[in-house]
Amino acid sequence: MHERSEMNPTTLYRSGQRKKLLIILFLSLLLSGAVLYALYAGSYHLPFDRILTIIHQAITDPASLESVKSEKTVVIDFRMPRVLLAVLTGISLSIAGCVMQALLRNPLVSPFTLGLSSAASFGAALAIVFGAAFLPFLPPQFQNSAIIFCAFILGWLSILLIYGISRMKGSSSATLILAGVVIGYIFTAGVMILKYLTNDEKLREITLWLMGGMWGANWGAIIIVAPITLLCFLYLESIAWDLNSLSAGDDVAKNLGVNVNRLRLTGLCVSTLAASACLAFTGIIGFIGLMGPHIGRMLIGNDNRYLIPCSALLGALILLISDTAARTIMDPIEIPVGVIMYVIGGIFFLFLILQGKHRVIT
Amino acid sequence: MTLTIDRLNVWYGSVQILYDICFSIRDGEILCVIGPNGSGKSTLIKTLAGIIEPKSGIISMNGVELSQYSRNEVAKKIGYVPQDFQYLSSSTVLEAVILGRRPHVQWTLKPQDLEIVDTAMEMLNITSMAEKMLTELSGGERQRVFIARAIAQKPEYYLFDEPTSALDIRHQIDVFSMIRTITRSGKGSVFVAVHDLNFAYHYADRVILMDKGRIIAQGTPDEVMTRDHIISVYDVPMQFITTDAGQYVVPDWIQAEKTEQYHQGEQ
Repeated sequence: MHERSEMNPTTLYRSGQRKKLLIILFLSLLLSGAVLYALYAGSYHLPFDRILTIIHQAITDPASLESVKSEKTVVIDFRMPRVLLAVLTGISLSIAGCVMQALLRNPLVSPFTLGLSSAASFGAALAIVFGAAFLPFLPPQFQNSAIIFCAFILGWLSILLIYGISRMKGSSSATLILAGVVIGYIFTAGVMILKYLTNDEKLREITLWLMGGMWGANWGAIIIVAPITLLCFLYLESIAWDLNSLSAGDDVAKNLGVNVNRLRLTGLCVSTLAASACLAFTGIIGFIGLMGPHIGRMLIGNDNRYLIPCSALLGALILLISDTAARTIMDPIEIPVGVIMYVIGGIFFLFLILQGKHRVIT
Repeated sequence: MTLTIDRLNVWYGSVQILYDICFSIRDGEILCVIGPNGSGKSTLIKTLAGIIEPKSGIISMNGVELSQYSRNEVAKKIGYVPQDFQYLSSSTVLEAVILGRRPHVQWTLKPQDLEIVDTAMEMLNITSMAEKMLTELSGGERQRVFIARAIAQKPEYYLFDEPTSALDIRHQIDVFSMIRTITRSGKGSVFVAVHDLNFAYHYADRVILMDKGRIIAQGTPDEVMTRDHIISVYDVPMQFITTDAGQYVVPDWIQAEKTEQYHQGEQ
């Protein structure tokens, strides 16, 4: 009888919940540690306590930093936005992947499956090849931001196209995935044409953008990306129960009171917004949207109320560590973090296949 | 409490599936719907569950049209167990049953929600599997998990689409006696599609016989499940056998095979 009460679902649920909260707490601590290390790591050496003092002073009394201008520049103007951009991008791509996987009931969907990355690449390539010349309506102070602007707009365009197709043909996950893949191919063709037509210098620039990296980090980027990421996170977290219901299929979700069509379209739009806002600044960074949610699911299970924050933390952690490695391993040469992500991601999924974790992949 | 369906017409694209369906599910009854494959049983259940929009017709609950209620209110009143299940390969039994509480909770599960989940799992005898993955279960165990989810939803009307198709005879009887317990204890009414005519005959308070999207007959099992009705709808001659345990409807095998040959000869 005693054994029976231990198996009681209520008890199981409660202890599971405690475990999940502990995992999230642990990951938060780990991420804080990684942030501090990333601020410390780099060729300009500063002692650890000095960095803490500078951050403290920058918040409480910015004027006092005038005397130590170079130190302030390294920590506050270079490293900090870069660290924050890596964290925000990790969060955005990871929650976007997590939510898209739940919405389309397919664990291999990521922000890139739906044509988003190809469309954003096409936008960036357009801006690189033609410069700001074809955007005369852009105010002069934003002319330098043409790449970001185009990448963002075209990233969004891809989801609008998918939205349009789903309005005509229904929002079943097969339709949406197929539409995304096809749109991806069309934009990829556009990128190839631009690469073929342009000169060597611009070709190099396109290639760099496609590899992805945190070079674009500055406080301006953070001010744009941070609120978008935060709002998207809060929205996606608020639909966690509906996402859970979708796991039982469209029919059961409808019977449980979920407006499946609306959920799928708004969910996709919001997760695309989060992902494309980051991509516009960083270029293409693959695999985060797959790795974060997959590791999250192994650690914490399917309940999106916990899975979304857990994936966010994991995505931030993975991208921050990779980016810190990218800029310090071969110092002073910097490796594009996108390349590192492909290597880590490839090894990770190879490992999953060899481990026979079929329940995670299939 | 009654769920009334009035002149319901349902179309898939340009094909009409249901024609002028009229009936009502009365308080505390087991209403079985029988009919051959493709007769529209599943479509009818899906329409009542709010999954398919009818082209015309009125569904009303206790005199109020269903469209007057919010999605969530309907979800609290009408629970649905589909014929084929979808689930994530990494879902656990407990997660699947807890989903039934979705219309009732805002964010966290309260102690009474968990209590309801406990009871539902106990009723289907799946408590010991709580932590298992759905992929590890047999088809029949999985079917019980999804019935438990509908029980945890605590609706007033249960819609079951062939809830025992994957179950062995012991579990079929268990599920039907559980259905009877639900209705007899005043916890709800059940509308259930069944293939096994004997289950319909023994457990139903009333029976609806469907064919080609229309209701052919409705009433008590004895009124509906007559030799003429069954033969005309299923195209299989039936024998009605009286035993110590009651009356049974069984196919007349010899006659059935003769008609089969006759049909083949026709082609």
